[in-house]
Amino acid sequence: MIRAVDVKEITENIKEMCIEANHFLAPDMGRALERAAVSEKSPLGRQILSQLKENLKIAAEDMIPICQDTGMAVVFAEVGQDVHLEGGSLEDAVNEGVRRGYAEGFLRKSVVRDPLLRDNTKDNTPAVIHTKIVPGARLKLTVAPKGFGSENMSRIFMLKPAEGIEGVKNAVLTAVGDAGPNACPPMVVGVGIGGTFEKCALLAKEALTREAGSHSPLPHIKALEEELLDQINGLGIGPGGLGGTATALAVNINTYPTHIAGLPVAVNICCHVNRHITRVI
Amino acid sequence: MEKHIRVPVDKETAKSLSAGDYVYLTGTVYTARDAAHKRMEEALREGGALPFDIKGQVIYYMGPSPARDGRPIGSAGPTTASRMDKYTPRLLDMGMGAMIGKGKRSAEVIDAVARNGAVYFAAVGGAGALLSKCITSSEVIAYDDLGTEAIRRLRIENFPAIVVIDSKGGDLYRTAAEEYRHSEGGDQ
Repeated sequence: MIRAVDVKEITENIKEMCIEANHFLAPDMGRALERAAVSEKSPLGRQILSQLKENLKIAAEDMIPICQDTGMAVVFAEVGQDVHLEGGSLEDAVNEGVRRGYAEGFLRKSVVRDPLLRDNTKDNTPAVIHTKIVPGARLKLTVAPKGFGSENMSRIFMLKPAEGIEGVKNAVLTAVGDAGPNACPPMVVGVGIGGTFEKCALLAKEALTREAGSHSPLPHIKALEEELLDQINGLGIGPGGLGGTATALAVNINTYPTHIAGLPVAVNICCHVNRHITRVI
Repeated sequence: MEKHIRVPVDKETAKSLSAGDYVYLTGTVYTARDAAHKRMEEALREGGALPFDIKGQVIYYMGPSPARDGRPIGSAGPTTASRMDKYTPRLLDMGMGAMIGKGKRSAEVIDAVARNGAVYFAAVGGAGALLSKCITSSEVIAYDDLGTEAIRRLRIENFPAIVVIDSKGGDLYRTAAEEYRHSEGGDQ
């Protein structure tokens, strides 16, 4: 049964999601931040965490974006194969939503048209859009505006299979250690393991959109998530990078089959806000 | 130690600050980030002048989100300072008094801070809404075409920051993390 969806509906939802994600903390991140505030051992760390909580309150009450870097809009679109989009293209509809959201929400325009010539597009488009065709007649949209303080600290490692799980741990700890205060800790660490070069990076990005505090259904990966979170919080970086025990709020790992010759590991780092919001149309 | 500091900052005050001091800044600062630094560097290379007299002044690495009606500025937290490292030693040698940003600095910047008796403050990354409340006015004074990256003169009041790099070579990011590092992993 084919279901018709007007692309105007996509535009309207993307617009609202851009504004919402930039002003209101996702519930899972709120819970993770509360847990960190309780466990933080450094007095300065606790002071920073309470500043961050106060910041979130001001953002929501006064409609001031949580962070001035309102990000490049990353959009995941899962399109049911029984959906028929009417009235224009998916890509144009998403970009129009971003354009309106960033204008009406007083969000910062942070996108340059050409990476070398660097002229600002002035409307924060284009978005980075990842589309997946799935069974069914629904449309699932996730908006994850990504700031570049943390994006710049993200890494990809093409490990050898012989490096195994220890190599993976080293890669993640190296990336997080190098990121330190730059990534606005406490951070969320999205890890991709497997696939090809580009698939691995995408796994890490998708891992960031997974609920903080949730775990991989694979027992050995769940154990790795827990062990890495523990080790990262032992690095001493702490809130704001000013020392402490709350360096990461979550480590989310997504995996995919890979080649007999490879062990790709991607580490996508996000700040404590880790903006993400999902709607199903 | 908590201190209330007037900005621009005089040498004596800058030298009295130590890594780890929690400060509240009041006075005037200038914003500049990647694109503005590139332009300032180009101006100097061509024998021109900077758009403002940098002696003793504070540069805040920040590009705000747009202001809603009736407000001086939008969200206004610090950006990563290391992207400006390439340009910073020269500005410090020209007399820049302090910087506000977030994140680590290069060895060259740390040396130039010590050499010039300057200071590097960190504001809390990601606290842009809270910090916007400490900004009472904002005026673009140069490079208007750069949008959020234009140079702005800001009046700030009780703006919270932490001394990270001081004139004695102290670097809080290095020392603070050591204190809470557990060699066998954390205990959360």
